[in-house]
Amino acid sequence: MANSTLKFTERDLIRKPKPRNLWSKWGITLFLMALPTVVYIFIFHYMPLEGLIISFKDYNSFQGMWGSPWTDMGGFKHFVTFVTAPNFWTLIKNTLVLSALSIIFNSTLPIIYALFLNEVRYKWAKKTVQIIMYAPYFISTVVMVGILFILFRADTGVLTRILVAFGMDSTSAMSNPKAFVAIYIISGLWQGLGWWSIVYMGSLANVDPNLHDAAKIDGAGRLRRIFSVNFPSIVPLAVIMLIMSIGNILNVGFEKVYLMYTPGNSVSSEIISTYVYRISFPDYGQPQFSYATAIGLFNSVINIIVLVTANFISKKVSDNSLW
Amino acid sequence: MRRVNKDKVFDVVIACIMGVVAILFLLPLLNVLACSFSSPDKVVAGEVGLIPVGFSLEGYKMVFANDSLITGFLNSLLYTFIGTVIQVSLQMLCAYPLSRPDFKGKKILNIFLTLTMFISGGMIPTYLLISSLNMLDTIWAIIIPGCVSVFNIIVIRTYMSTSIPSELSEAARIDGCSDFQIFLRVILPLSRPIIFVMVLYAIVGYWNNYFNALLYIQSADLYPLQRVLQDMLVSNSGSLGGGDPNLQEQLKYVTIVVSSLPLLVIYPFFQKYFEKGVVMGGVKG
Repeated sequence: MANSTLKFTERDLIRKPKPRNLWSKWGITLFLMALPTVVYIFIFHYMPLEGLIISFKDYNSFQGMWGSPWTDMGGFKHFVTFVTAPNFWTLIKNTLVLSALSIIFNSTLPIIYALFLNEVRYKWAKKTVQIIMYAPYFISTVVMVGILFILFRADTGVLTRILVAFGMDSTSAMSNPKAFVAIYIISGLWQGLGWWSIVYMGSLANVDPNLHDAAKIDGAGRLRRIFSVNFPSIVPLAVIMLIMSIGNILNVGFEKVYLMYTPGNSVSSEIISTYVYRISFPDYGQPQFSYATAIGLFNSVINIIVLVTANFISKKVSDNSLW
Repeated sequence: MRRVNKDKVFDVVIACIMGVVAILFLLPLLNVLACSFSSPDKVVAGEVGLIPVGFSLEGYKMVFANDSLITGFLNSLLYTFIGTVIQVSLQMLCAYPLSRPDFKGKKILNIFLTLTMFISGGMIPTYLLISSLNMLDTIWAIIIPGCVSVFNIIVIRTYMSTSIPSELSEAARIDGCSDFQIFLRVILPLSRPIIFVMVLYAIVGYWNNYFNALLYIQSADLYPLQRVLQDMLVSNSGSLGGGDPNLQEQLKYVTIVVSSLPLLVIYPFFQKYFEKGVVMGGVKG
């Protein structure tokens, strides 16, 4: 009892502020500041959820979202149609291959790159390398794909010529389904490697120098210290980044794949999101809004399941977790 | 002594490897740049490497005389400007209350925002919403969808609550500042680094945005630059070059240079800020 009355916090010692007016006391000002964003998020992120209902209906614009008739099979017709569609497994396979390989390369190579860049002791050299490596990140997807098309121009494109020198044929690799995934990933790394490494560089800068000194005393050389001191210190961050990208496994960037699509490479470049777009806004024929929405919903549900699972496994195995 | 030498060798080897990697990364850009200054025939014949062959400014003259490109360029400037102002203001305004420990709705607001990172209506429901708001084929369809990023708000909030000492707000309050005045006079000036990062993100996002235009815009005179570029670079349907296929091909290089230059010129000035900003996002996000 006596003890608790003696407990002063720092706050009690500071001069008490003026009595706050009601706006401040009830947090009205703060609420008003957040209000525009709240309204925005409600309209553009929550209201579209209402539209998900059309995946259980046969939507037509005359009857609208709520007026359109429910589909057969208890409303699940579109989902059944998709799962049993002839191109279902191709779409799933293309999407998974593309995103699994992206995740593997995009989450490992930036780490390796950062570990080595961190060893560059000349400050100007480090800065120069970094500034060059950031440049491709600022190029738009449209321009990126445009560059790919001209580098792989049939016969005379710079990269086509190099490929020919290695015994490949001189048609454009952009219409080769076997080359699609490699081109997608390598060009992605060209754009992102420098940028994705920033977060690891930041984390490496915070490694406790005492650890390095201790390792030095134990006789560890530079390489040894990269693997035994620096690498372990960024693993927790790497795991978090990995979970986040796994949670988006079926959300491969629509834009780039859509732009890289050519009739020649369509066997491997048609993924779920590009298919959704193509059946929603077909060049000819009826837009299939309901079917497209059903596929999109199917996609999100799988993403959430994968995210939760990945997070669960990581929590069990390594104690790293998003929540 | 031996140790020091070994270290020196290691330093040089690492620096060389990284230098080679950086140069490799630069090559495609240098090739595009060289081709943009070369004669169309040499470009199409594949004779241009890193130095212009048959130096010519013809391409640049034609590109700057092309109406659809100029329109796209000016549209993108306008969209980027308006979009950046709206985006950065909304995010700053929303992040501040979240950074205040005494804000009562904090928890609910956090959940309300974070949920949107995991659930979304998807392409068609969003399209139907934009359509029902009568925003199709207006500049708002380009600027508004995707304008506020919850992830960015979290990054800004983290910055405000960790890098700005709360004693400063406390002192301002004692001097009679209202919540909004504290935000305006204390928080904003001290948030300058994170504001720079957010401005850069917004500029890059709007300048390079293509998805919104693809989905929501029909009229060619509202096309942002990236939509015009799609026709020229990817679908090959632009009418540049006046029917000469070689010239048409060479003009692609010029448009790539002209459209990418603005961002490539400004990002080095933001370097030290965005490095900090990304680290902050990665650590907390």
